[in-house]
Amino acid sequence: MSRLIHSLSFALLAVAASSSFAQSSLLNVSYDVSRDFYKDYNPLFQKHWKAKSGESVELKQSHAGSSKQVRAVADGLEADVVTMNQASDVDFLAEKGLVAKDYTKKFPNNASPYTSTMVFIVRKGNPKSLKDWPDLVKAGVQVILPHPKSTGNGRYSYLAAWGYALKQPGGNDKSAQDFVGKLLKNAPLFASGGRDATTTFMQRKIGDVLVSFESEAELIAKEFGKGEFDVVYPSLSILTEFPVAIVDKVVDKRATRKLAQEYLDYLWSKEGQEIAAQNYLRPRDAELLKKYAAQFPAIKTFTVDEVFGGWAKAYPAHFKDGGSFDQIYQSK
Amino acid sequence: MKRVLPGFGLSLGCTIVYLSLLVLLPLSGLAFKSSSLDWSQLWAIASGERALASYRVTFGASLLAALINALFGLIVAWVLVRYRFPGKRLVDSLVDLPFALPTAVAGITLATLYAGNGWVGRHLEPLGIKVAFTPLGIVVALTFISLPFVVRTLQPVIEDIEPEIEEAAATLGASRLQTFMRVILPGVFPALLTGSTLAFSRAVGEYGSVIFIAGNMPLISEITPLLIISKLEQYDVVGATALAGVMLVISFALLLGVNALQWWAANRHHGKHAVSL
Amino acid sequence: MANAEPRWLRYTLTAIALAFLFLFLALPLLAVFAEAFAGGGSAFFAALADPEALSAIGLTLFIAIFVLPFNVAIGICAAWAIAKFDFRGKSLLITLIDLPFAVSPVVVGLVFLLIFGAQGLFGQWLSAHDIKIVFALPGMVLVTLFITFPFVARELIPLMQAQGKDEEEAAISLGATGWQMFLRVTLPNIKWGLLYGVILANARAMGEFGAVSVVSGHIRGQTNTLPLHVEILYNEYNAVGAFASASVLALLALVTLVAKTLVEWQMRRETEMLDTALLPEKVNQESGIPS
Repeated sequence: MSRLIHSLSFALLAVAASSSFAQSSLLNVSYDVSRDFYKDYNPLFQKHWKAKSGESVELKQSHAGSSKQVRAVADGLEADVVTMNQASDVDFLAEKGLVAKDYTKKFPNNASPYTSTMVFIVRKGNPKSLKDWPDLVKAGVQVILPHPKSTGNGRYSYLAAWGYALKQPGGNDKSAQDFVGKLLKNAPLFASGGRDATTTFMQRKIGDVLVSFESEAELIAKEFGKGEFDVVYPSLSILTEFPVAIVDKVVDKRATRKLAQEYLDYLWSKEGQEIAAQNYLRPRDAELLKKYAAQFPAIKTFTVDEVFGGWAKAYPAHFKDGGSFDQIYQSK
Repeated sequence: MKRVLPGFGLSLGCTIVYLSLLVLLPLSGLAFKSSSLDWSQLWAIASGERALASYRVTFGASLLAALINALFGLIVAWVLVRYRFPGKRLVDSLVDLPFALPTAVAGITLATLYAGNGWVGRHLEPLGIKVAFTPLGIVVALTFISLPFVVRTLQPVIEDIEPEIEEAAATLGASRLQTFMRVILPGVFPALLTGSTLAFSRAVGEYGSVIFIAGNMPLISEITPLLIISKLEQYDVVGATALAGVMLVISFALLLGVNALQWWAANRHHGKHAVSL
Repeated sequence: MANAEPRWLRYTLTAIALAFLFLFLALPLLAVFAEAFAGGGSAFFAALADPEALSAIGLTLFIAIFVLPFNVAIGICAAWAIAKFDFRGKSLLITLIDLPFAVSPVVVGLVFLLIFGAQGLFGQWLSAHDIKIVFALPGMVLVTLFITFPFVARELIPLMQAQGKDEEEAAISLGATGWQMFLRVTLPNIKWGLLYGVILANARAMGEFGAVSVVSGHIRGQTNTLPLHVEILYNEYNAVGAFASASVLALLALVTLVAKTLVEWQMRRETEMLDTALLPEKVNQESGIPS
């Protein structure tokens, strides 16, 4: 009896849940700090779509950790588009056949409408005068970064340091691993995520330097005050790309391909690019980059593709079980 | 033996059906998924250096937290049931807080409190005690999240103790301590054991609060659920389920042991009781 | 009273209990409220008036209320069978009931994905029939049922064991039907334990993060519960909003406690009235059942 009521109520709930999808809507599944950007972008796109097609559209957002979101999409979360902060996450969807194999070619700029880079956040006045990566491996310097194995920020920080060491004269995988090993030895803890690393550094006053996205420096200023820290640009860092893709399987089922295509295309419009710049994400548009030059100091960067041959290679080499990160902790 | 009371078949049947549908069926999915591994692969995942260190951290910290809760939970439950003091109801209602607060909030708040510049950490640091971002921090977080179990399991049982029994013991010349040790403690012991066991098992699986205060250093302060998550991050669902399965089997064995022990103790106790009557 | 501890011991025990609770409960709670009001009262209320926050509060309450009757019914069933009867495999059954506590919340979510997810056991079938379980309300209800399952049963088992079965047996032998026995004898005896169990289950249902987070899909305004909302806000560098929402959760948990206090108070008044009305009879009854 209770079993019957049980299944009956579930069926009702399921119907109720699916009927709310009837009107024209689009679900954008994204990583966790992109909300500010899409909060500004979505109303703009709604206006644009209305002007173009005469229809109004409901835009739904889902934000959480990048890999978790992608797993959810693979497990059936009906995302029309995914907007992530790491290609390895979209690669996973491509592997599962939900996203086109050549999704990076479907949109300009490697399908990444804006970029960012990893920078150093240091204490006000930079008391330990930390200027570049080698300063971070010195004895007595404490480095705060999120867990390189379980967070996107941590992985970018790790690869940035690795790439720097590799590009030094005589640099090779061995020297890079030593360099990164020394850097990790200076980490008193691994934070559980980007935000947690920031709280540890800013509020709990632990560590001398926080490695973080350039775009997050602005969020930190919003929460903790602008004068509380300095941003240091190293001589060389990693270019972080934020790939977007249409989830083919879902848009075909829900007949929303046109809408999804336009939603992502519009990211490259002047309006979309400007919103990126306002959210401290480096726009691809050269003119806008110049216009906002004051907030985007020039920095030499390398991409994951150039130095590591793409995420498909970098990921297993460094972050899978038995990869370089694990090796560093085995030798201890 | 003839059963006088009704409803055995119905209640047991309902319980088993519900349990199977809601708990066993989903958990069999775990077994199903990890069955794609053979034993040697499973063993390799489960017995790696990092995994072994993480079991030590997880089970050790959980045990400590359960012991702390057993001791202080008993005192708290006793005080809340037996004594009157101003603000008692407020204190009583606070006990459930750890369940209502999302674990992440608990973790963030505890890490902030116990960090070197936090309200509590500030006073501990000069004594050379570091809590946040050490294994000790894990114990603090686990004590917090499992705190309600012992208190709430003991409260109704203590409320149920007949004052007559204590009075009888006192009349027969027992000191208060003797009454407590010989009369009260045996009566509440099953509940105490239940509460502590539940606290322990809840602590073993905890992830959300711990990662904020643990520091997550491999081999030192890395808990097993973190390893499971990091496997999931690699899209290694099979590896994750394998680790989860190992944890589940260990927890299950521990729980079964305690429950069997308790059943045995209860029966012995009852038996004695019957004879003495 | 002859059976009370000496005064010094009472005070010491109370002090220890209060110190422990202060350190582990009150201080974190204060810290949460301090963060919530860091931006002043208006920022606090603005954070809660946000439509996404409101929808998260609604969803959280809905799930908690929905799972409640299931937990009560099955909790009583399980406790009745276990506490009042002897049968083979009892320890095993108790352990299976405990199991949801021992499973890491993240794994709970994962387990339901393995069954109902698109790549899961029933994934194909569900998607062919367009039934949504995970990343929709049913999935979130299911994991909440899973994690709150043991509370009521676990609260009742030791209590009912301690009470024994004499009273119920007496009722039956006096000709009461099973239902009458339950309502008149069992239920009044277990009401506090039941209430504690419900309160715990309720608090846990509202506060659960890990398991729900895996099956929710985090769709704003649709499948975002309050704990998930808290985490998202925090990650977005909106600490005030995050801690304001967290303090609402803490307050919601206290509401059940207030309800409990009210019930307790009402009951005491009723029994007092009954006592005065039926005093001679009650004395007779009590002396009439020797143990």
